[in-house]
Amino acid sequence: MDFQLSDEQKLLADSLEGWLRKQYAFEDWRKLVRSELGYSQANWQTFAEMGWLGVALPEDHGGLGGGPVETMVIAERFGAALVAEPYFSSIVLGGGLVAIAGDQAQQAEILPKLAEGRIKLAFAFAEHGSRFALNEVATKATKTGAGYAISGKKIVVWDAPGADLLIVLARTAGGSGDENGLGLFLVDNKAAGVTRRDYRTVDARRAADISFENASAIALGDAEAAFPHVMAVVDKAIAYLAAEAVGAMQVLHETTLAYVKTRKQFGRAIGDFQVIQHRMVDMMIHLESARSLALLATLKADAPAPERAKAAAAAKVQIGKSGRWVGQQAVQLHGGMGMTDELNVGHYMKRLMMIDTAFGHADYHQRRFAALANAEAA
Amino acid sequence: MNLELSDADRAFQAEVRDFVRSSLPPELAERNRRHMHLAKQDYVTWHRLLNKRGWGAPNWPKEFGGTDWNPVQRYIFDEECAIADAPPLVPFGISMVGPVIYTFGTPAQKAHYLPRILSMEDWWCQGYSEPGSGSDLASLRTRAESDGDDYIVTGHKIWTTQAHFADMMFCLVRTDAQAKPQEGISFLLIDMKTPGITVRPIISIDEGHGVNEVFLDGVRVPKANRIGQEGKGWTYAKFLLGNERTTIAEVSTSKQRLRRLKTIARAEMAQGASLLEDPAFRDKVAAVEIELLALEYTNLRVLAAETAGKGVGPEASMLKIRGSEIQQTITELVCEALGYYAAPFEHAPEGSNLAPLGPDYAQGRMESFLYNRATTIYGGSNEIQRNIIAKMVLGL
Repeated sequence: MDFQLSDEQKLLADSLEGWLRKQYAFEDWRKLVRSELGYSQANWQTFAEMGWLGVALPEDHGGLGGGPVETMVIAERFGAALVAEPYFSSIVLGGGLVAIAGDQAQQAEILPKLAEGRIKLAFAFAEHGSRFALNEVATKATKTGAGYAISGKKIVVWDAPGADLLIVLARTAGGSGDENGLGLFLVDNKAAGVTRRDYRTVDARRAADISFENASAIALGDAEAAFPHVMAVVDKAIAYLAAEAVGAMQVLHETTLAYVKTRKQFGRAIGDFQVIQHRMVDMMIHLESARSLALLATLKADAPAPERAKAAAAAKVQIGKSGRWVGQQAVQLHGGMGMTDELNVGHYMKRLMMIDTAFGHADYHQRRFAALANAEAA
Repeated sequence: MNLELSDADRAFQAEVRDFVRSSLPPELAERNRRHMHLAKQDYVTWHRLLNKRGWGAPNWPKEFGGTDWNPVQRYIFDEECAIADAPPLVPFGISMVGPVIYTFGTPAQKAHYLPRILSMEDWWCQGYSEPGSGSDLASLRTRAESDGDDYIVTGHKIWTTQAHFADMMFCLVRTDAQAKPQEGISFLLIDMKTPGITVRPIISIDEGHGVNEVFLDGVRVPKANRIGQEGKGWTYAKFLLGNERTTIAEVSTSKQRLRRLKTIARAEMAQGASLLEDPAFRDKVAAVEIELLALEYTNLRVLAAETAGKGVGPEASMLKIRGSEIQQTITELVCEALGYYAAPFEHAPEGSNLAPLGPDYAQGRMESFLYNRATTIYGGSNEIQRNIIAKMVLGL
């Protein structure tokens, strides 16, 4: 048992922190998210050059062969800086799906380009009416001569506006809730039959609702047996989100702590009041509990399915509850200033809310955890 | 980073498991399952079995008769003991006063007391709280007046756990009434057989006898029984409380209670389904199980930092806060799971032929819930723990 980062991982953390400190201050972020694209293509190229895009992609295909811990190191730093570049969509989800579900040729074609920052991916899975169940998929994939034709509607596809390729979760066989008969399909974002409605999300990122009408697609690996791959990648993605949330909560805790030490009311710093002190302690306890389970989800990300899923579900519950609580208390303790768009605090709170929503709220994962934990003990 | 146990850890785990399985008397495990308050002999029996194996003081360095186990080994040991329902280790000697003696004691004190703690020849109790000094411990008024080579101690201690079993008490006394509250305190080791000591039981809300009042009336204590310097007792007392906070999280005990909670919830039926299938109850169980998992890994992180030589800092208070809250949640859920059979409060005496009321697993559960209300009060109340973190960690 060992909770230390290796020397290489520490170097990675240092290089991320150094760059973000210089290039990604809150004011830089604010400019970026107000731009058309919502992030910086130049930054994306820097991420590629620094090796951050390829750090967890397979070595055979232009990556550095790192694992979940390297991804966690990145996630925590990106979370602390609110990084808006589509690392999560393109690398964690997109790259993760290609690496696990794609055939050799597809991996060789796509992964090196991903690592070099030459293409970006987005994962279209959510449908209205399915809430968070990944197996409830109405979007259809029909076999054609050359490949498949996709028809259906996907909602809130994160980072779709800037993506080159979409990975679409669609059904080739079976009824709506079947876990069999699901495939992943590569669709060119500019292909005929793809109609996107782009918008900004509450955390200042970009997303789209997408209609597919006989859009031409090719299957990423097996067109009928993608579901276990999706679950594996989503659990890893949850570990990423958990670490991102820890980074965000850490900043909120530090920022709020500094504020209560300087803000004066009744002739003294508000941090002199015990009610504020205890609130700050409870924020710290939430943060450290979240850190522990983010770590657990990371270190179980490559474990057998039930173990992996249980750790991911536990982490999702913790960061959902803690993220909301820490975010809301940070706003509360900043008083009126916490309500302003000008201050960073509200932006972290909004991102933490979106992290709780991603792949299902705390309640959803608590039920998932109960099912897994109670099956294990029976 | 990894969570795997090393081969050596696994071998150690097997060794502990084998030992506990073959040495723990089944009737002792059974009594521990059913009773919040064991007889003195039950604790002593288990401690001596461990001590014979060389494991009498898992947290001590080898030079004083300890095990030199690293934190992972201590974690494994706690887990295996909890899974087997072994009685808890009595903390007053090995976890509390022992480390104070080997860290601050004289050679004579070490030579005399440490072996007697290991063999449990001496049962220790903690003379800290007083009727007017609970959370504000430094306001304590029990006074020790110098009389040649002795002190004459007069005062009133309260909430003294297992004082009725105790041979010795480590006791905070005021040796200087003029100094600032924290600076006039000394740390004495008092023989409970000294004339002038009276122990009076306090019956707690679980109708058990665990805590006591201790009256000291002109008790003569040799100055040779003082730890360290006169007036520096507060330093040793804080050292002791800091050590206590890492063991007070009770992760392994809570894990075992959670397993038992699920067994009960699986067995309790309503309308053809088990309580564990009831969505509202299942959610509550899952919520606390996740909280416990977070505590377990926070505890491991703190222990790992300790191994890396960073020492246990005041953030250990966090473990006490979460550990006690979780113990209370689990013991409360157990009572909820029992439904009406949480109500009977009469138990067949030991050796009785009378069948117990309700299911076997209902025995002692309400007592456990009631007694565990103390976890957020003792060892520095959770409010005090939050004050400590605010001051020492957050700089507020």
